[in-house]
Parts: sequence; structure tokens; C-alpha cells
Amino acid sequence: MSGYPPEMQESIRLVEATRPRRLKETFPAMTMEAREAVLKGFHPDYKDETFQAIRVGVSKGQRMPIELARIVEGRSPIAPEFDLSHPVVEADVLIVGGGGAGASAALLASEHGAGKIVLVTKLRFGDANTMMAQGGIQAADRPEDSPPIHYLDVIGGGHFTNVPELVEALVSDAPIVIDWLEKLGMMFDKAPDGTMMEEHGGGTSRKRMHSARDYTGAEIMRTLRDEVRNREDTITVIEFSPAVELVLDDKGQVAGAVVVNLETGAYSYIKAKAVVLATGGSGRLHYQGFPTTNHYGATGDGVVLAYRVGAPLGFLESMQYHPTGAAYPEQILGQLVTEKVRGLGAQPVNRFGNQFVYPLEPRDVEAAAFIRECFEVGTGVVTPTGQPGVWLDSPMIDLIHGPGTTQRALPAMVRQFGRFGIDMTQEPILVYPTLHYQNGGVRLRADCSTDVPGLFIAGEISGGVHGHNRLMGNSLLEVTVFGRRAGRSAALYAQRVTPGRPTLAHLEAWNRELTETGVDTGVISPVLLPDYARHE
Amino acid sequence: MTIDVQPEVTEADLIPVYIMGKRYMVPSSLTIMKAMEYAGYKLIRGVGCRGGFCGACGTAYRILGDPKLYFGLACQTVVQPNMYLAQLPFFPARRASYDITELEPTATTLFSLYPEVLRCLGCGTCTKACPQEIDVRAYMAAGMRGDIARVADISFDCIMCGLCAARCPAEEAQYNIAILARRLYGRYLAPRSAHLQQRLEELAGRKFDAELAELKNLSQDELKARYKARTIEP
Repeated sequence: MSGYPPEMQESIRLVEATRPRRLKETFPAMTMEAREAVLKGFHPDYKDETFQAIRVGVSKGQRMPIELARIVEGRSPIAPEFDLSHPVVEADVLIVGGGGAGASAALLASEHGAGKIVLVTKLRFGDANTMMAQGGIQAADRPEDSPPIHYLDVIGGGHFTNVPELVEALVSDAPIVIDWLEKLGMMFDKAPDGTMMEEHGGGTSRKRMHSARDYTGAEIMRTLRDEVRNREDTITVIEFSPAVELVLDDKGQVAGAVVVNLETGAYSYIKAKAVVLATGGSGRLHYQGFPTTNHYGATGDGVVLAYRVGAPLGFLESMQYHPTGAAYPEQILGQLVTEKVRGLGAQPVNRFGNQFVYPLEPRDVEAAAFIRECFEVGTGVVTPTGQPGVWLDSPMIDLIHGPGTTQRALPAMVRQFGRFGIDMTQEPILVYPTLHYQNGGVRLRADCSTDVPGLFIAGEISGGVHGHNRLMGNSLLEVTVFGRRAGRSAALYAQRVTPGRPTLAHLEAWNRELTETGVDTGVISPVLLPDYARHE
Repeated sequence: MTIDVQPEVTEADLIPVYIMGKRYMVPSSLTIMKAMEYAGYKLIRGVGCRGGFCGACGTAYRILGDPKLYFGLACQTVVQPNMYLAQLPFFPARRASYDITELEPTATTLFSLYPEVLRCLGCGTCTKACPQEIDVRAYMAAGMRGDIARVADISFDCIMCGLCAARCPAEEAQYNIAILARRLYGRYLAPRSAHLQQRLEELAGRKFDAELAELKNLSQDELKARYKARTIEP
């Protein structure tokens, strides 16, 4: 029985008819020039009217989506007079964010001599984008591959704008991170002889995508979280308590953060010698009205906090739209369909069952090609609610690799669509680009330090690792590589710093600048959660 | 911002549901989570990834006139007429603390950290409660036999929502037992990867440093030429 309405089923018949032919057909990859043309014509990053340059602060002039600029130019919920004389906790290292980067940072800080580590998180520990990442984590660990080859893939995918030393750190630490995760007890997909099962992702020149079925991020996150919970002697986790303002001391060094208890609304000061910001991305700001794959708390908080204490930003003029967000059924609109589906051989095809793009272009190129197919060429599929999309021909996977492969390699995907009556091993699934990842953010060095002493950055909040476009499998890698580096750096820094007197003087300066430049949007930021409640 | 709430609803699409005892008319196509937001709730607990992976929104519900208790994830379950909803936030079950480097992947380890494994009644209430359709009873049975690999395999898709433990008459913490088994498997029982060990040795010997240093110093044009000249593994 089909899970689709009749008009969509008609198109599926055409997809089925072309399938035998397509199984033998390879659609050519684009030239660099063709890539550029489709990006300029159809990628959301090129819609100039949806971007704005920020008008205040150290990175004045940096372009970013209007929705983000609005909160970056916001005011703090805290007044400069807020009482800092009674911190609720005093820590060596305060980690803001309970995803993969925050958890990695906590573990490494603990191993490098930080005696008291506090991790605060907005939702529960682990309710984060890391948990939702499905497809895999890249690492050049096969003889056919090498960190320098990985380097070229990363920097080409990022349009050659990536910060070289950050890419070097990413690719050099990658095999070390795989080994670390495995020793913590993570279960990678392996052949019986121990060989890692590795696949291609968009824009890779070697197969280096390590996976744990299609729960790769979940397996990383639950393992790291479990290990953090084993170290209660040094690590304290405080949930439902996001940071709303960083605190500096009179020497301009970081001195902790003010956090809010989401349920009582009470603000309190956590004093710390070093702070790691690992707050993730901003998909819940819904740039240009796009749905998102991101978790509920992804509202760009860290960028706001770091910027108000003077940390420069970069690369925020580019956001990542994942080519394959679910376009049907309505209930899961915008949720992630992992790139691994294409990695295993499913081709994107149009309403007539014809291929129109190489299945594994870098994500920005692939997404732009989907948008072109729907809006310029006009051969996309349209659902009963008017949502455009293209088919991802998932039944090809079992035809290529043998029956049962989809169920074994993609259980989360099969379950996701199965809940709504669609058997993706028998029928194709409908996809359309969805807001996925914040390519840019706070600038950092390879040791995760910033221009603000004592402030360290790790994960999606950062800018520069991926240039203007991230490849699949490099975000799980980023959170672990840079989370580890940040934890180590913060712990070592905390042991040598001499703290001064905590103050919120930076807020007085910030508020003055907003007033003097006439940039006062009236927005209080960070916004913490999107407002989906219907108000009649 | 109302992107996640369905627009343009007609009267005919609305169905009654009961949230915390109050009756609301909500669009029939919504998930439980979106229906609560449609009713005016701003969620703080019982919501996380909104994509079926984090386990924050495990939900039990009843339907008017039906004695059965149903389970699902609020972000993945569509509302039905006369559904009774009351979100219980996640509450933890006992978790044993351990040093993974000092354990052995044996039944003894499992039983000493979680003696209650042997108390399992095999009633299958856990399996009925699992929103991931995992056969929790089967992996608990494997646990009683000390078969770590089997526990790890069957429980792999667990999102640790805690519904199994919440319902268990023997007061087991199934999902915590399962992650212990998976970590024991990953660290001790999974076959080692020779090519990874080889690469780690090469990295320790700084084999790639010079090549990476060279790449870091190339101009954009030189990098583009190298990128174009890459061979792609089939």
C-alpha cells in the first residue's frame, strides 16, 4: 500500500519506470564553473536582500542574515549593575553547551587538571544537534587516504576560504578522535576483521565516512554523555540553565557567566577562570523562512554572548542548507534525511524520474541544483499542501547492495518514514533543502582561544573551519576535535591565570554604543527558544 | 515565528484533544508536540531535538473510552480524536558509575553494576512501551545470560527516553544497562581496526606534517589546481 496521495503516486510510477536504466547511469559531476553558476543563481546565500551588515561592535560591517543581525545587535537581559558579589558556584572551567563539543571539552578539561568543571546547558544534557547527526564522521585512516587529501576536500568544499590552521587541526586530529571514541566504547560499523566500513559523502575524494548505522551522532553523544556522568568528582552538569551574558574582570579576562533558570526565571552568576562556549548553531532562527533540521534550542546564543565581550565574528554570510530535508509528509517537514542515503546509491530525480544532478556534489551545490529543478526548470514534485520537492530514489539502495541493506544501514530513516506509512525500501522519498548548519561564527585559533583572554570556542558556534560550506561528516568531527582542544586549552589556561575583579562594565560600553549609533532594535538577546506557541 | 505550526486551518480539519484536562480543537495533521503549541503552550521540558533522536519527549497517552495506555514520542506521533495528553517530563533511573578502563566485558561486570538485571520478570511491559520498537525484553534476557554483544546489538537504536524504566514492575533501568553493554562491546569486544592503528603510528611519527605545511602555504590558485587534479575513488 502506498503512503502517498494519488497524484504523487503517478509520478512514482515514472520513477520506477526509469529505475532499471538509471541503475546503470552515472550523472556527470559539475565543473567548478557550473557549480558557481548554480550557486549564484539559486543558493539562498546569494539573496542579497535577506542579509545585513552589523552596525556595532568589533566586527562592524560583517554581513549576516537579517534574523541573526537583529539579535547580535540586541540588548542583554542583564543590567550592568547586576550583583556579581555572590556567585552560586565557582569553577575552574565553565562550559556553556551540552552537545558533543561541550561534552568533549568537559572530558579533556578533566584530564588536564581542572578540578572543578561546570557544564551548563539550555535543555537536557545531550539534547543537541550532535544527537541528531546521522550519516557519519570523516577521518582519513585508510591506506588509500591521508590527512592531506582530506585537507584538500575540506578546503575545496569550503570554496578555498577556510582558515588553513583550523583545517590542519581538523584533519590531523581526525584519526585520533576515532580512536578516542572507540576507547570510550563507541560502536563503529566494521567488517568482521575490524576494517572500518567507510563510504563517500558529498565532495569527498576518498571513502572516509565512518558510521554507527544512521545513529552516528546519537552514538557519539550518548557515549560522551555517559562518560561525563562517570566523572562526577570533577564535572557538575546543570540543565535548563542557559547563559545569557558573559562576565569579564577588570583586566579584560573572562570571569564566568550569568545564567538563567528556565523554569523559575532566576538569574545567577557562575564564576569561572575560563569559559568554553559550545552553544551550537542557529537553525531555529529560520533564516528566509526555511524549516530546519536543528534542535529546539539552536538560537545562536553563543555568537551573541561572545560578540558582546568583543570576540570577532566571521563567515556568517554563509549558512548551510542541507539538500535533503523531508518534504513529505508535512509532520516531518524539514527534518534531516541523511546524506548517507545518497552515499549508498539513491539518486535524486525529478517528477519524470530523470536525474538532473550528480548525487554527491558538495551540499551547497546539491541544494542549489534542487531549488533550480523546482523553480527554474519546473520539473519538481509538488505535494498537496504546495510544498515543492524532488524524489530521492531510496529503493535503489537494496537493488545495489542487496535486500535488507536499507534496514540495516538506515534504521532511523526507515523508522522515521515508516511512522507515517511510507516504506522507503519500496517507494522513493520526497526531499527539499532545509536549514542545517551555521558555517560561520566566532573566530578562533587552532587551540580554540579567541581575542578575549580566557574565552574558548568549539563546535558549530565557530567560524573558519569549513570556510563557506561544510562537507558531510565534518561537523561530528569538528565538535570532537575542537571540543577536546578547547577543554585542554581552558584547563591549562585556568591553572596559570590570575583572576581580577568581576565586572559587567562591557555592558555599559555596549549599551552606550547602541544608543550613540542609533542602533537600538529593542530586541533582548539571546532569545533562548523560538516562540511556536499560537497566541489567539 | 510560527514556521513549525501549520498555517491555514479550516474548521473541518480540527479534532478535539485534552491537554492537562482541558479540551482544545487542533488540526488533525499535527504531532502531539505541535498540537500543544497550537493550544498555546510554550514548551520547556519534554522537548529537545524535535526529530526523534534525543528522547526528551517520550509520552504516554490514553484515548477517551479506551482502557489501553499508549506510548510514543510527542514529536513523531500524530494526534487522534479524544486523545488525553499530560506530558510527564523525563525523570532519571538509577545509573551505576564506573571507570570504563577498569572493567571486563563479562556477565560479572553487568551483574555487579546492575544486580537488578537478574530480577527481570520477562513480562515485556518495556517492549510495549518502547517508541523505537526495540525488543527490550529480548535484550534484558540476553543480559541475564551475560551476552554483552547481543544486548549491544538489539539495543542499538535506543534513544534513552526512559519509558521502559518508567513502566518496569521490577524497577530495572534498562536503558542504562544497555549503554553499559554497548560501551563494553565497543571498547573490548569489537574487532580492532588495523588500518586505524597504522595511521595513528604514522601521525605519531609526524608523517604528514611537511605535506600539510606545504598545503597551508599554497595560494588559492595553486590550491584550486590541486583540488581539480584530485583522483576520486570509485
